[in-house]
Amino acid sequence: MAETTTRGGPAPAEDKAGAGPLVRRRRRHVLLTRQDRLILALMVCVPLIFDLALIWGPTGASVVFSFTNWDGIGPIAAQNFIGLKNYATLFGSYIFFRPALLHNLEWLAFFAFVATPIGMLLAVLLDREIRGSRVYQSILYLPVVLPLVVVGFIWELQYGGTAGFINNFFGLIKSHHVVDWLGDPSINLLAAVVAASWRHVGYVMVLYLAGLKSVDPTLREAAKVDGANEWQTFVRVVFPVLLPINVIIAVITAIESLRAFDIAYIINHGKNGLELLSTLITNNSISEASLIGFGSAIAVVLLVISLVPIVTFLLAANRGNQG
Amino acid sequence: MRGTSDQTERPPLNRDGIPLSSADIPFYASLSRRDLLKYTGYASLAAFLAACGANSTSSSGTTAAATGGSVSVGSYHSDPAEAQGFQQVADAFTAANGGTTVKINKVDHGTFQDQISSYLQGTPEDAFTWFSGHRMRFFAAKGLATPIDDVWDKVKGNFSGAFAESVKGNDGHIYGIPVDYYPWGVFYRKSVFQAGNYKVPTTWDDFKALCAQMQKDGLIPLTLGDQDGWPAQGWFDIINLRLNGYDFHVELLTGKQKFTDQRVTNVYSKWAEITSYYNPAATGTKWQDAAGLLVQKKAGMMLIGLFVSSQFLPAGQDALADLDFFPFPQLGTQYDAENALDAPIDVMMISKKSPTLSKNLGQAKAYMEFWAKGSTQLTAAKAQGLGVLPTGNDTDTSSFTPLTQKSVQIIKNAKRITQFFDRDSRPDFSGANGMQSFLLTFLKNPKGDIKGLQGTMQQFWDSLPPEA
Repeated sequence: MAETTTRGGPAPAEDKAGAGPLVRRRRRHVLLTRQDRLILALMVCVPLIFDLALIWGPTGASVVFSFTNWDGIGPIAAQNFIGLKNYATLFGSYIFFRPALLHNLEWLAFFAFVATPIGMLLAVLLDREIRGSRVYQSILYLPVVLPLVVVGFIWELQYGGTAGFINNFFGLIKSHHVVDWLGDPSINLLAAVVAASWRHVGYVMVLYLAGLKSVDPTLREAAKVDGANEWQTFVRVVFPVLLPINVIIAVITAIESLRAFDIAYIINHGKNGLELLSTLITNNSISEASLIGFGSAIAVVLLVISLVPIVTFLLAANRGNQG
Repeated sequence: MRGTSDQTERPPLNRDGIPLSSADIPFYASLSRRDLLKYTGYASLAAFLAACGANSTSSSGTTAAATGGSVSVGSYHSDPAEAQGFQQVADAFTAANGGTTVKINKVDHGTFQDQISSYLQGTPEDAFTWFSGHRMRFFAAKGLATPIDDVWDKVKGNFSGAFAESVKGNDGHIYGIPVDYYPWGVFYRKSVFQAGNYKVPTTWDDFKALCAQMQKDGLIPLTLGDQDGWPAQGWFDIINLRLNGYDFHVELLTGKQKFTDQRVTNVYSKWAEITSYYNPAATGTKWQDAAGLLVQKKAGMMLIGLFVSSQFLPAGQDALADLDFFPFPQLGTQYDAENALDAPIDVMMISKKSPTLSKNLGQAKAYMEFWAKGSTQLTAAKAQGLGVLPTGNDTDTSSFTPLTQKSVQIIKNAKRITQFFDRDSRPDFSGANGMQSFLLTFLKNPKGDIKGLQGTMQQFWDSLPPEA
């Protein structure tokens, strides 16, 4: 299951929380009362059980399913195991895999080079305490709060063919230059990623704004005293100080791109130029197609890809905590 | 009502498909990793709880008799008017069966279809709404439906032979009661045809000439909304049926013929002769919006099912009375005489794994029997604006509109009836990443590399696992 990867974090955190005191106890022979130990055990075990049951369980099951031709009905028998056949089909002859992978990468590129920088820029602007800052924050953050169904619906109204706002507002219908925003495979991915960016920008903005607020103001003052201008202050002082936030934003951008799903699925179930790994997984395993085994194989591929930013995130985060 | 395909409704957001959304993090959330993880945890928990609650089945029947007790029904009639009709049927059933209560679990149409597999394996209701054809036989073969031969024996006199075939599983047993059906044809507004002095075309050349004339008159000749991918399958079906005949069509859809066949090439080249008459952005338009062009008299014709009536209802009864259709024109082949067309049939079925079925089986079968009556079907069909036709022979046709009567007549004239591409072929081929994609590719560039497209289609078919 693709999304489990994004939730894969809790385990180390819980371990850490629990392990710290326990280790100390052993070394320093600090006696915890029975009640303390019971509470600690509960605090470790209960989240751990949920973690195993809800995250690692399904993840492991996906990996197992990926070696089967199970159709999701009845028990899995020995003859359901078909070795690496799903992967052979996926990498060998499945015609939708390559476009999907490519589209995910294009999505990532757009987020990384357009949406995320815009979000950061907005955060920097709003951090300057301009008049009405809170109003702007609310407006920009609004798309993040809206349910995805609503976001999808709003953008469908913009992008519609003869009924859409864009085509009508710019007179493209009258001049017979109707743009098929959602149905033309050469542009609909761009249309979808712009819609997704609408949310992503607000998300990044809020994260970064919170980071900026935490920057020690004396650093800026010191830079000012030393004669640095705004740009130099940001690039040389603020940005490096915000390294942990930057890492988080980079990772979130990567993960949001890899798990990109909703907008494409709302538009057309991820076809005709909107193929994404996540929609392939859904269309193969959750629809009537009932190719659970094959869908799981795609999910495992997505999991492996997702591990890269996740491991980066965890390493960076742990380093940050220790430092 | 719009049961033709997978993605008729706005696709539901699958719970599992949407992981933690950034919306779960409050505006001024502190940004420690632990907080992020905490909220992630909440989201998982919420998803888990939602999953637990999703399949709630409620029932409290008492005895396995045909009177008293209760029966539970899973229904995809989520549209308010349709749901009301469904409830009316339930009330009539209760009144006619000694107070047997019907508990309806109404699910969004698209969600119901997407989750049918897990639904039938989990804790389904005793009875459920579904489609005939491959889609019925598949779940019957998997042992997820209860055969109802005994009910069928009692009611089969009320159905013509084609309906009997449509509810038969691979093992020869009967698994459903056909409750409604509807023809696919070329729909138009009579007033538009009168104003333009257009004549209903019967041959391909007439059809093309009419399209050209409409274009000259400033009308969109043909309106198509293929954003969801299935409406174009209706075009593929009918051209293939006219050009290559019923037998080839069925064999092609079940893998006994190859998509690389020259006859498939012919379908595409025939189709390409009229694709320039489609509305702009047809591949990025929903079928409802495409039908809207017909309602607004901006477009001349639309190949669609009778359910398009529902789009005319809001415009008033006058608009609905103005709606008419004709069978797809003849293509000058020996197969024209088959008068074949898509006329999908919807069914009611009994599940297998319902936890209450052991005590409700009698009531469930009585409920099936009730659905076999023309009067029951008519109640439900009327709630759908008569966009579907009752199947029973004993249906009181006095309230039928001319459009409804014509639909019945045209289906009667057909020597061959198909269900629809996505009901006649395997679901993993006909879906979004499959036939729907291929036809969208064709529509993008109808004069492009057709042979290459056919090769891709066959390659994809061959990559699918053998059907159980």
